[in-house]
Amino acid sequence: MNFLRQAWLIACKDLRAELRTKEAINASLSFALVILLLFSFAFDPNSEQTREISGGLLWIVFAFAGALILNRSFARELANDCLDALVASPVSSAALFLGKCVANVTLLLAVELVCLPVFGVFYNVRWTGRFWPLLLVLALGTWGLTVVGTMFSALTVNLRLRELMLPTLVYPLMIPGLMAAIQLTTALIAGQPLAGGLYGWLKLLAGFDIIFTALALGLVDTVLVG
Amino acid sequence: MTAVAAEGVWKYYGDFPALRDINLSVEAGACLALLGRNGAGKTTLLRILAGLSHASRGRVRVFGGQSRSQETRRRVGVLGHGIAVYEEFTAFENLRLFAALYGLPDPRKTALEWLEKTGLERVKDGRVREFSRGMRQRLAVARAFLHEPSVLLLDEPFTALDDKAIAALQELLSRARARGSTVVLSTHQLREALELATHVALINRGKLAFAGPRTGQMLDDTGWLYRTYGEA
Repeated sequence: MNFLRQAWLIACKDLRAELRTKEAINASLSFALVILLLFSFAFDPNSEQTREISGGLLWIVFAFAGALILNRSFARELANDCLDALVASPVSSAALFLGKCVANVTLLLAVELVCLPVFGVFYNVRWTGRFWPLLLVLALGTWGLTVVGTMFSALTVNLRLRELMLPTLVYPLMIPGLMAAIQLTTALIAGQPLAGGLYGWLKLLAGFDIIFTALALGLVDTVLVG
Repeated sequence: MTAVAAEGVWKYYGDFPALRDINLSVEAGACLALLGRNGAGKTTLLRILAGLSHASRGRVRVFGGQSRSQETRRRVGVLGHGIAVYEEFTAFENLRLFAALYGLPDPRKTALEWLEKTGLERVKDGRVREFSRGMRQRLAVARAFLHEPSVLLLDEPFTALDDKAIAALQELLSRARARGSTVVLSTHQLREALELATHVALINRGKLAFAGPRTGQMLDDTGWLYRTYGEA
């Protein structure tokens, strides 16, 4: 069975399990909406300053909400020792990891796409002007966050304080990716075209994704087999 | 032909040696009962044989290949302490998923066949979280057996099963052995294990205290092995 088919089976399994329980998506979405609501009280929605921090604000929300989804990714396999059955099966660890990343990205992008219109209303920001470039940045940033988060979800799955450990380990590593995503998102929401200096940030974000995806795929078997 | 071999296997948890220089080989088609007190190292050894854990020293071979190779994992069936099926899925969905993950040609048909073999066909669309402990264990057995593995590694397979289910599992194991499968099982239920076993290994505090063919004396007096080679 080829690698991509294995990854697809894992992704479908995780998405089906999540759609049945709605544990992670409900927690993540409600958390994201609450943070957006609370921040809207802290900033004047009519000020230019709010637009200038829009990228940072959105990515803080996405990173916090994402941690809730990522935490569940491998923790879900702990019940009944399901992770052992997957690791003992002929599914390659890299395919297992990739499948989980695909499921996590899908869930996190769904949360982000619900959050964006809410953000637009609460902060009086028109974010649809550069919709497709913004979608590209969201996809790249979310993939980076997911790859790093899913890797550390596997690494911390047996820790008692994994809910605390995951963000503590992931956020510092995410700094280059988050910086690029924040700069790009802020510029695109302000209506700037994806050109000039922004290409540098886009290259950094794509490079971050490629490097961490390659590292994670290479190391995940070592992480999963103790 | 040697199906499973452990050569000089050590496993440390921190400074504590859970396994100490285990040398063991199981011939193809044999059934090895892995015995020992709680904490002796049976589960640790089975996990290493299954490729779920690395040996700190020494090596493990399954049909001459590494335990983590994809080809080896395709030939091994593992049943551990956990039932390793998903609570939010139905019995059928669980078996179809694992049949697909093992690359079987018709996962749906295989899942239905094994539901029938384990007497779960009437609850095939029931979610696992609604199952009794015995039904879960039967589903776990089906999950471990469905790809007809050449090597079965079973950790306490009789746990939570009633007499009827134990008899059904023994029947499945006998059929697997008749097909030429090699079985390594750890258990505290000596009578059931010794009836199935062709060979016996006793682990005592991480060391292999005894390994050899099962004898009539072991069947007549199930405590003899522990008294002679184990802790008093």
